[in-house]
Amino acid sequence: MVDSQQLREYVPVLILAAVAIAFAFGTLALSVVVGKWANRSRRTGHSTRVKDIAYECGMIPVGDGSSRLSVKFYLVAMLFILFDIEVVFLYPWAVVYKSMLVDHANLIFGSMLTFLGILFVGYIYALKKRAFEWKS
Amino acid sequence: MIIGEFFRGLFLMIWRVATDQPEAKADLLAVFPPSARPVISAVLTVSPIIGIFATLFALTTLLERKGLGRIQNRLGPNRVGPFGILQPVADGLKMLTKEDIIPRSADALVHFLAPVVLAVPTILAFAVLPYGRNLVPVDMDAGILFFFAVGASTELAIFMAGWSSRNKYSLLGAMRAIAQMISYEIPLIISSVSVIMIAGSLSPVEIIAQQGRYLAGGFVPHWFVLTPWGLAGFIMFLIASLAESNRSPFDIPEAESELIAGHLTEYSGFKYALFFMAEYFGMFAVSGLAVTLFLGGWHAPFEFLEIVPSYVWFFAKLMGLVCLFIWVRGTVPRLRVDQLLNFAWKFMLPLSLLNLVVAAVWHFTAAWEFPGAGLGRWLLGAVMIGVPYVWLGRALSGSKKITQRTYRFAD
Repeated sequence: MVDSQQLREYVPVLILAAVAIAFAFGTLALSVVVGKWANRSRRTGHSTRVKDIAYECGMIPVGDGSSRLSVKFYLVAMLFILFDIEVVFLYPWAVVYKSMLVDHANLIFGSMLTFLGILFVGYIYALKKRAFEWKS
Repeated sequence: MIIGEFFRGLFLMIWRVATDQPEAKADLLAVFPPSARPVISAVLTVSPIIGIFATLFALTTLLERKGLGRIQNRLGPNRVGPFGILQPVADGLKMLTKEDIIPRSADALVHFLAPVVLAVPTILAFAVLPYGRNLVPVDMDAGILFFFAVGASTELAIFMAGWSSRNKYSLLGAMRAIAQMISYEIPLIISSVSVIMIAGSLSPVEIIAQQGRYLAGGFVPHWFVLTPWGLAGFIMFLIASLAESNRSPFDIPEAESELIAGHLTEYSGFKYALFFMAEYFGMFAVSGLAVTLFLGGWHAPFEFLEIVPSYVWFFAKLMGLVCLFIWVRGTVPRLRVDQLLNFAWKFMLPLSLLNLVVAAVWHFTAAWEFPGAGLGRWLLGAVMIGVPYVWLGRALSGSKKITQRTYRFAD
């Protein structure tokens, strides 16, 4: 059962999100209006073939815009997921650390050292497998 | 009658905010019917955030251009208004009147949505920061977690921008940006976990309350930056936040000399301005979090200075960090991609994990009660983080000797 009081905390966040969205769309709309008004005496806004191609330093783009990329980017993403999940596990531990230090000091300290130790072994493995080397 | 009440409430609200009093909105809210009060209250809370930070953004762009100009031995903008102080206004008007060009090959909807998707989370991140003694927009229990959650969603917008432009440089810039941001997010979060551990709470308000004491007769604040793990964590947090906000020396995603402008290449007009603004907003937000976590939030550096309104201290510290960012931008050259990722994974990650252990030991040894225990804890912490720092730095830089470069043909 979700506590409704806890959810009410997020009402200002929702309103802030609404204001932020309104701000972003509003300024974009304003720029259209102001731009039309400020440039009313000029002939602008018409598109030409050359103007609408992707800007690649003035060269005519060759081939598809979404070309193949180095596999290293995917490797970084996978490493990120591994370590990010570990950080997620660290959060609850970090919150209770201080209060558990009163009665179960060795338990909370030792469990964290074990966790970080196992993680460190995994880190050394990734390092030895040259997962962090950008040049292959 | 009701208009008089309204203005009285408005005046009281401004007066109470200015003088650091609690319940600033109470009188103004009493004018409205009870059912509308939560919404009105939220609007009153959030609209100053956007107003204040938009003003700060305008001032910072000018400060940055002026400061960089001085660093590079030139004057910076000085034509618009006295000393160029109206330059942000001119920039804003220029952005508003520029034509919005969408490339023919681009995915128009995603291309349009990317700046909006970027602007919204960066503004949302301001919701949980305490700006003063009684100035917290949303006092959330899991505030730090919320901050990192919305902060991480900006990566999506950058990828949307890079991918939808169908431009090789944009896509490469976006991929680099994501690789960099996710790599530095881990040290950023882990260095903040050490503070959460010591404070025992995810709430920014509680974390600041823990730093509200003064030692040595009110002249040494009890800020977390003044501990061995806090100093190391603060420096790592700053480096990681430089990378998170894509600022020099970590500006390879938009390295203009190699990638045109990265994911910003195909943006013009006010969409570009929104990207630019979101970048600065992100910098403010992450600096504000650094102030909250390590620099004591809105607390004064000395006890007798607590009579100065608390928000003054918060914004003074925030602007101090922003000036540091500008200084770094003017001083340090850009990294290469491999150097950047090596630095994140081989140096920052092990050191931030170790810093967590140092923080745990720091608190674990708080029970020590022999003479000189305080100094002993300090030295233990400093050695635990300092020795690996030197060792890791030596090991990673290899056997390369960095000496003064000699130019044979340029004499």
